[in-house]
Amino acid sequence: MNPNIFDKLKTLAEAAKFDVSCASSGTTRNNPGNNLGSAAGWGICHSFTEDGRCVSLLKIMLTNHCIYDCAYCMNRRSNDVPRSTFAVSELVELTIEFYRRNYIEGLFLSSGIVRNADYTMERMVRVAKDLRLIHRYNGYIHLKSIPGAGRELVAEAGLYADRLSCNIEMPSEESLRIIAPDKDYQSVYRPMHYIQQGFLQGAEDKKKYRHAPRFAPAGQSTQMIIGASPDDDNRILHLANDLYQRPAMKRVYYSGYIHVNTYDTRLPALTTPPLVRENRLYQADWLMRFYQFKVDEIVDESHPNLDLEIDPKLSWALRHPETFPVNVNTADYETILRIPGIGVKSAKLIVSSRRFGRLTSDNLKKMGVVMKRAAYFITCNELPTFTVQEAGPEYIRKALTAPKKKKTDDRQLIIQFDNPLIPNS
Amino acid sequence: MLYFKYDRTFDGLLTCIFDAFNRKEFPDNIVGEDMQLPLFTESFKVVTDEVRADRVLKALRKKISPSATDMLFVSYLSEIEGIEMTLFRYIQKALTAEFSIEMNFADPDVLELSKIYKKVTREEERMRQFVRFQKTTDGIFFAVMDPAHNVLPLSARFFRTRYADQQWIIYDIRRKYGFFYDLKTVETVHFDHLDVSLETGKLTAEKLDDYELAFQGLWKDYLKAITINERKNLKLQRQHLPKRFWKYLTEKQA
Repeated sequence: MNPNIFDKLKTLAEAAKFDVSCASSGTTRNNPGNNLGSAAGWGICHSFTEDGRCVSLLKIMLTNHCIYDCAYCMNRRSNDVPRSTFAVSELVELTIEFYRRNYIEGLFLSSGIVRNADYTMERMVRVAKDLRLIHRYNGYIHLKSIPGAGRELVAEAGLYADRLSCNIEMPSEESLRIIAPDKDYQSVYRPMHYIQQGFLQGAEDKKKYRHAPRFAPAGQSTQMIIGASPDDDNRILHLANDLYQRPAMKRVYYSGYIHVNTYDTRLPALTTPPLVRENRLYQADWLMRFYQFKVDEIVDESHPNLDLEIDPKLSWALRHPETFPVNVNTADYETILRIPGIGVKSAKLIVSSRRFGRLTSDNLKKMGVVMKRAAYFITCNELPTFTVQEAGPEYIRKALTAPKKKKTDDRQLIIQFDNPLIPNS
Repeated sequence: MLYFKYDRTFDGLLTCIFDAFNRKEFPDNIVGEDMQLPLFTESFKVVTDEVRADRVLKALRKKISPSATDMLFVSYLSEIEGIEMTLFRYIQKALTAEFSIEMNFADPDVLELSKIYKKVTREEERMRQFVRFQKTTDGIFFAVMDPAHNVLPLSARFFRTRYADQQWIIYDIRRKYGFFYDLKTVETVHFDHLDVSLETGKLTAEKLDDYELAFQGLWKDYLKAITINERKNLKLQRQHLPKRFWKYLTEKQA
């Protein structure tokens, strides 16, 4: 084993760490020929780093040399950081050996751009090709499609990879032009479009021929950096919504901006990454994908930003008190999904259980409904309660955002030291 | 108080149900035959009978769906105290009800069992997540685990499919048995003596493949490098990766 592989791994893993995508789901490979590896439909997280993010794939860069000079990126040309490059064989061996020890679920390969987009893309495709064809590896492979890569290379990548992704990075083209002058939306949308075409073509062929090769069966994903540009949540979520309308788009990731290049004045000097905003965006994303919300219901011109204090579902409910209270024993599934404090799982439990008898608040609590929030928005088989109609939205917002009180012992005497009646306090 | 004693097998538990219906006597509690009974209790020793157990299963299949029947066995593997009576009540209700009760989550036993089922399958998922193989000198990939529930039988198939071209052993250190895959079949193994450190689950260095320690080092380095220090959130890490799993995780060892 090459002794400098330790340094290479450190440099190139660190270079890849800001990519948030880590899903290893959406594809099934059964491993019929007793070879190495399988993919199980949903992903498996093999470890968690100290920042709480999951490690499912070996997320790494092929090289961190780059000809581009994007302001938000650690590996930009003008940065003086250690640079390294993996040989294709080294990376293949590392992936296989990690996989055999059950450390990882597969490979997520990205790269800085050397020479040009096609040259870089070709080397990445070779890694995937070697894994699949020489090592007969059936695990997950996620390949980053380099902005500006040609159609043939994207098409070949799709044959070996489970998922392809192309990062849009900035929520609007103006921001992208300012922050990443070497890129434009064309260079991102074109590979995205190739992937989509390949995906649809693959699905079509599959219907005709049983053994048609699959093209990126787990579709594609993309990522936006949050907080590096002045774009509001309205813009971000509408863009995400448009992307989700595309047939192959499975996930849009939001990455809170971390101020790595402190010398660059084009970027806001954030002391901490906008983690709460990022979280609220994911919640809104979930509402669109699993809770049958339309994007206009979450944000619009009059509410361009998500409420950081309360989650977007509660925020919607407080803006629409006329919809509540909902009777969980009679309302349809879609309406129940919209009650704050009730998720997809408990909504399904409610719908299937109420056929056997009326549900009480006690039943709901045991099913996992968060009654602290839901209580204001439901009626069940009980005496009338204090709902949003009686309390009013302002009261509920106050009650739910009040800081948690410290538990005090009533029997204990509390002396206030800043009491003006006590001298020298 | 009537206690049923059984031999702590799933078939034994099903026989309990058969016998209860047969004798028209329903137990207040079901315990393993090695248990000491409290004072002033009657007891009845159930003799496990596969034919009777099969008849109960057959009757159940007419009342509830196949997935609900599978759920009973999976929940049994939880080894949670009192699981026998929960299962007993569930099966009794399922057999006597006019319609399938499996979707009635307002029933405490149905809800309880669905929660236990979730616990067991979650634990099994954690096996898939946190098993860490070490390559030995003879090319076998070896791992020890200490799961809270007896989930090894559930995960054998997964590892068999995924690591079909390598020999592996996964050993449950608490229940003292494991599975060995010899490239053809998966077999149960018992070791009287195991050369494994109980703190780390690692084999001694001379039994390991030449490059094994290097790969363990690479994995630790990788996890350090991939961490974003600006986003440090140890609480979130512990939420996903509970501390009880840390002892056998390569990356959490010094």
